[in-house]
Amino acid sequence: MKYVSRRVGLFLITLWAALTVNFIIPRVMPGNEATAVLATFRDVNPAALHALQIEFGVNVHQNILLTYVQYIGNCLTGQFGLTAQRVPVLTEIISKLPWTLGLVGVTTIIAFAIGTLVGVLGAWRRGGKLDGLLPPMLFIVASFPVFFVGLLLLYVFAVTLNWLPLSSNYSIGLEPSLSLSFIGDVLVHAVLPGLSLVVVTAGLWIYSMRNNMITTLAEDYVKMGRAKGLRSWRIMVDYAARNAILPNLTGFAMQLGYVLGGSILVEYTFSYPGLGYLFYTSTTDHDLPLMQALFLVYTLAVLVCVLLADLATARLDPRTRDA
Amino acid sequence: MPEPLLEVENLSVSYLTDTADIRAVEKVNLSVQAGEFLGIVGESGCGKSTLLFAIAQLLSPPAEVTSGRVVFRGQDLVRLTDNELRLVRWRDYSVVMQSAMNALNPMKSIGAQFKDTMRAHERVSANAIRTRSAEVLHLVGIDATHLESYPHQLSGGMRQRAMIAMALLFTPQLVIMDEPTSALDVVAQRSLMTQIKELQQKLGFAVMFVTHDMSVIANYSDRLMVMYAGQVAEIGATRSIFERPLHPYSKGLLDAFPSVRGPRRPLTGIPGSPPDLGRPPTGCRFHPRCSEVMTQCLTTEPELFSVEATEVRCLLYADSAEPAVAR
Amino acid sequence: MSTATIAAETEPIEVVAGTRSQSAFARFTRAILRNRKASAGTVILLILVLLAIFPGVIARDDPEAAIYGQNLGPSAQHLLGTTQLGQDVFSQLIWGTRLTLIVTVVVSALATVISMVIGVSAAYIGGLTDRSLSLLTDIFLIIPTLPLLIVLASYLPPGSVTMIVVLTLTSWAFQARQLRSQGLSLRARDFLSAAKVRGERTSYIIFVEIIPTMTSLIVASFLGLSVFVVGFAAGLQFLGLGNSTELTWGTMLYYAQQGGALEAGNAWWALAPGAAVAFMGAGFALVNYAFDEIGNPALRPVRKRRARTTA
Repeated sequence: MKYVSRRVGLFLITLWAALTVNFIIPRVMPGNEATAVLATFRDVNPAALHALQIEFGVNVHQNILLTYVQYIGNCLTGQFGLTAQRVPVLTEIISKLPWTLGLVGVTTIIAFAIGTLVGVLGAWRRGGKLDGLLPPMLFIVASFPVFFVGLLLLYVFAVTLNWLPLSSNYSIGLEPSLSLSFIGDVLVHAVLPGLSLVVVTAGLWIYSMRNNMITTLAEDYVKMGRAKGLRSWRIMVDYAARNAILPNLTGFAMQLGYVLGGSILVEYTFSYPGLGYLFYTSTTDHDLPLMQALFLVYTLAVLVCVLLADLATARLDPRTRDA
Repeated sequence: MPEPLLEVENLSVSYLTDTADIRAVEKVNLSVQAGEFLGIVGESGCGKSTLLFAIAQLLSPPAEVTSGRVVFRGQDLVRLTDNELRLVRWRDYSVVMQSAMNALNPMKSIGAQFKDTMRAHERVSANAIRTRSAEVLHLVGIDATHLESYPHQLSGGMRQRAMIAMALLFTPQLVIMDEPTSALDVVAQRSLMTQIKELQQKLGFAVMFVTHDMSVIANYSDRLMVMYAGQVAEIGATRSIFERPLHPYSKGLLDAFPSVRGPRRPLTGIPGSPPDLGRPPTGCRFHPRCSEVMTQCLTTEPELFSVEATEVRCLLYADSAEPAVAR
Repeated sequence: MSTATIAAETEPIEVVAGTRSQSAFARFTRAILRNRKASAGTVILLILVLLAIFPGVIARDDPEAAIYGQNLGPSAQHLLGTTQLGQDVFSQLIWGTRLTLIVTVVVSALATVISMVIGVSAAYIGGLTDRSLSLLTDIFLIIPTLPLLIVLASYLPPGSVTMIVVLTLTSWAFQARQLRSQGLSLRARDFLSAAKVRGERTSYIIFVEIIPTMTSLIVASFLGLSVFVVGFAAGLQFLGLGNSTELTWGTMLYYAQQGGALEAGNAWWALAPGAAVAFMGAGFALVNYAFDEIGNPALRPVRKRRARTTA
């Protein structure tokens, strides 16, 4: 129980830190970015305008602590103000969320599965030429910038071979629906962005998993498993893989931040209109309210995943129960 | 003499790395009778643990058996395939390691670890598993409720005993122990040793016990083997070696221990340090540190010579007796 | 740095205290030469350093000069073709090496220094300092890097200095945990107790006694970090948050994307800078990987030799 409460505590503190970062930045950075942006807001919903003023500290003539508290309250109730197009930030985010969630969610699951399987098996069967060459190759591919992989795939499959679409999440002119043809169209559009993400993410995870597995395989209890006459696969799964994955579950979850960063770049490369592309347009439009809200959304996503990993660890790792 | 339970013939083990070939065990011969307690002592790095793991077929790369046979109940374990070995493992011989904290899977309860061992070898009902598990725990004085416990929840001594209980699941004929008492304090050490000896007498299994501390097994082992630099230096009845150590190294080891009741005398250590097994000394491996070194020791590698019931690898005894076996 | 555990606690690598620097350097060089990956990586990095210092030797054309035909494919005069504005892509690539490398190295160095000071101080001082520094590290580790980078960079004037500042701020946390755990393992060593008994100040102990013994880990951290910094920097510039008047591989990518390079069929313009980033990343990665292997022999390639002879 102590373990869980500690991790929930970390969750709350980091969330608070992210909110505070958002609050401090406009007030601390040189220049009058915020003031300039808000000056363009006229004839808008007063409540939304007020929320923005509180967040960015423009035209607020009151105690800063009070402002801070109001700001936190606003964030918790989803009042992030308006975008440069005068649409509520929250609405905009919610409309684009499913696309990113789908893309990142599916690719992460695939990459994790590949990473775990290949990493575990790769460590289990050492020896041979592959053992010396494959890991560094994987590491290098994993350290390829994701946009390079994306551009390469685009060039090969979209431009040259013309097998897959060049951009966007579904063909122009199609009406979104739950029809099979629409879903098919969506999937076709998601292949290249998804593949780019999977290549880089899986590469990273294979490398991590393999290293963890190798360290675990050197442990005495794995040797004991052999000594007891257990079957090979049982040792691999029950004594090695489980002990390699479980303590590192939280670590894997924390790598999600890197994956999300990659997804932003992928969406930009493919003009895939999810949250990442929104993030990009918010920088070109200098849409500070939207940008900062998106920052919170991404941070919250990582926090939630880390917390879930922590809870899973608490449930499955017996050593945490008495920690 | 009845057929020995275990016969190790000319066993050599090397660590094969890119840069060097470390010969950790060099042509070791030994035999263990049924029900016998054989102690193996030596400094850190003398190869005793490597020897033990080689016999138990538990070596990991880069360690490899480079020659020799390990004949256990008529079968050469070195030549068996993994599947054939699996049938023999744990049923006929089991292993107890130095640190139970490291040797027990931290993520599985004690009971679960007993269970997967039993399931790996025969089809038994859950009830039978539970009964047997409780039985072996009882043998070592642990309450059966601890089957649900995880290793980190037990005390050091309890963990060690749980590991021994696990080793006795199939009442094997041979239990190989690698310094099981090293991680414990002297009181727990003594209590564990007594327990091991009791169990041995009760269940009749043979024990091979490796330790760097001679005093631990002095009262418990039937025979003693002293190892130095990967070779057998001296092997014989424990009593004989303690009362009359033949090899200068054994003498040095015994001189390093004060006697509680005997006369006070200055303690001597053995000067120098163990040799680099990648490039061992010429002739007798112990000659650089030997207080009784002779000129021929630098060039001639001594065989094992028989002196009454003891065998010793030392040129001091070259004339007095025949070589133990033409090796 | 073992990137296997970017954000997780690791077992510290065995470090021998007080190695004489001369023999350590000799051993180090020998280890690099013997390890193929390290050699390959070092060669790559050397090439890049040379290109950064002497770009004019290989690329004669002025990278900024927009005087050639537009969107030309590769040819003898233009090895990688030209941009939409008629600039020589090859020249841009070579001349862009300098700023890219400088930003990467400076950020990695600064971030490594910061994470070292924080990690080791947390380990050695312990107590509340340790808990607060560890908390700070955890917070920075969880907050996703690119989103934070984007927000910070949007407020600051675009340019390399901004790049360096924001990248350092978001990168120091990567290695702090590992350095802390190494510091913890060293804390109990005798040579530190000896220093304390001599009456040395804590700061002296941290900087003069502990940190020099962690050299291999620090170098590994620097290398591992560089792999990711070069990618993040390029990513930021790709998105347009760099200074588009500065010439780096990232800004090249930005212009290529804005100029519709791929659609126009000008593949080299879009792919070459990305490949260059991958190339630099690979160089750092190889040397880093070799460091992992040198430090942790268990990771080395296993050679299975069936040398079973009969007695």
